[in-house]
Amino acid sequence: MQTRAPLRHPVYGLAEQATQLVLFVGDIGILLAQAIGFVLRGRWEVRETVVQMALIGAQAVPMVVITSGFTGAVLALYSAKLMLEFGVGSLAGGAVALAMARELGPVVTGVVVAARSASAIAAEIGSMKVTEQVDALRALAVPPVQYLVVPRLIACLVMLPMLGLLAFVTGVFGGYAVAVPLGVSPTSYLMGIRDLVDTYDVFAGLLKTVVFGAIVALVGCRAGLRTEGGAVGVGQATTNSVVVTVLLIYVTNFVLAYLLFGGR
Amino acid sequence: MTEQSGAQSAVRVVDVWYEVDSRWVLKGVSLEVRAGEIFAIMGPSGCGKTTLLKLVGGLIKPQRGEIWIGDVEISRLSETALTPVRKQVGLVFQYAALFDSLTVYDNVAFGVRRHITRREEEVAKIVRQRLEMVGMAGTEKLYPAQLSGGMQKRVGLARALAMNPRIVLYDEPTAGLDPIMAETIDRLIVDTTRRLKVTSLVVSHDIISVFHIADRVAMLHEGQIVACGSPEELRADTNPVVRRFLQAGGIIRDGQTAVIQEHDR
Repeated sequence: MQTRAPLRHPVYGLAEQATQLVLFVGDIGILLAQAIGFVLRGRWEVRETVVQMALIGAQAVPMVVITSGFTGAVLALYSAKLMLEFGVGSLAGGAVALAMARELGPVVTGVVVAARSASAIAAEIGSMKVTEQVDALRALAVPPVQYLVVPRLIACLVMLPMLGLLAFVTGVFGGYAVAVPLGVSPTSYLMGIRDLVDTYDVFAGLLKTVVFGAIVALVGCRAGLRTEGGAVGVGQATTNSVVVTVLLIYVTNFVLAYLLFGGR
Repeated sequence: MTEQSGAQSAVRVVDVWYEVDSRWVLKGVSLEVRAGEIFAIMGPSGCGKTTLLKLVGGLIKPQRGEIWIGDVEISRLSETALTPVRKQVGLVFQYAALFDSLTVYDNVAFGVRRHITRREEEVAKIVRQRLEMVGMAGTEKLYPAQLSGGMQKRVGLARALAMNPRIVLYDEPTAGLDPIMAETIDRLIVDTTRRLKVTSLVVSHDIISVFHIADRVAMLHEGQIVACGSPEELRADTNPVVRRFLQAGGIIRDGQTAVIQEHDR
């Protein structure tokens, strides 16, 4: 005779979720604190950091260029046409650049790197975890945070703003490539940027990418270091890292947008 | 926390309990490994051997009990405080656990560069010596994926020995190897223990291998040590669990006859 599983009160499910959230935040906080500790003591792997910079930053350039270029182009397609109809076509460049600097550049960069690198970080460290390579690091008296987390965190913190700047520039040029054929004059497109966008917008947008970089590195590393259960576990860690990173990027983006641009 | 332990004791495990998912994997295990000896822990799969080895290596912490490496009690030490202890303890993993992204040379040099010397010519000398010792000279530029299981284990041993440990822990060193390679690994364990004057703690369910190499053997069954002594003492042990295990492994027949005689060792 089959017995039915006892019904669980929904409160238990909520409590479990809340516990997981607290554990997640705690883990991320501890990883960050430990990583900062190693950096301050000068204990970080230069060679590994350079390798990660190439993997996370340089290899993401084509994707960032394509996604941000087309994002700027689509933005110009909608805004330039509308603005020309209302006789304010000269604002098209400014509108595209402002959106790219404050919002789309950082978010597109964050999401692209999340898709490429959070998954790669989680898969690589997860595989190391299930094949005891992380234990081997500890057995060799090399803390996994020092060897695995710090290089990836530094690489993300350095490379994301660079990719963000690249996204801003390519987005503006993507918009230019569409707006000018639609009837916006090249000079007014560029003048619009000068009139509507100031340095603060660009730097505040880049600050967002720094935070997104930390999220990508820490969530990816945490997922990898928490991996259990062989190949299935690695797959789950990889998927979870991308999902959580993208969600966190969007939530954090709102908070940062409110704090950085709320009054502007 | 330090305290003088018994003389000549390299590893001491005192009443150690370890729990996983509300199940006690180890239930009050106590044992002592003397300096310079090869001590083997044998037992069926799932009896807690590898858990015990990880506890001794400081990779996990017991819920109760004490673990002494020399005169340092490690069971309550932080990761940072464990660093000097870990430099004295080499660990050879069941599947070698070589770093996939590094060559054989860089794997063996990994600990050396970080804890012994940064001068590359000295690193190269140590790596060459250790690889020669395990019969893997000439493989420096290969990656772990290009090596067989037995070769990976030998490189894993070279990596552990490169740190000049006082104690070497082996997790199932002959598991998954053909008999010839298993014998090679057995010989390496004995040779390195004697030549480098280290203490070896071997965990294995390969009973033939254990009786070939060990000075003393403990049998772990359902999380408890049920017998401990020299191979001869274990052959003569009357505990039915021990006798059944030794019979199944071909060490004794009819409850008395030793299949592997002393002169085979």
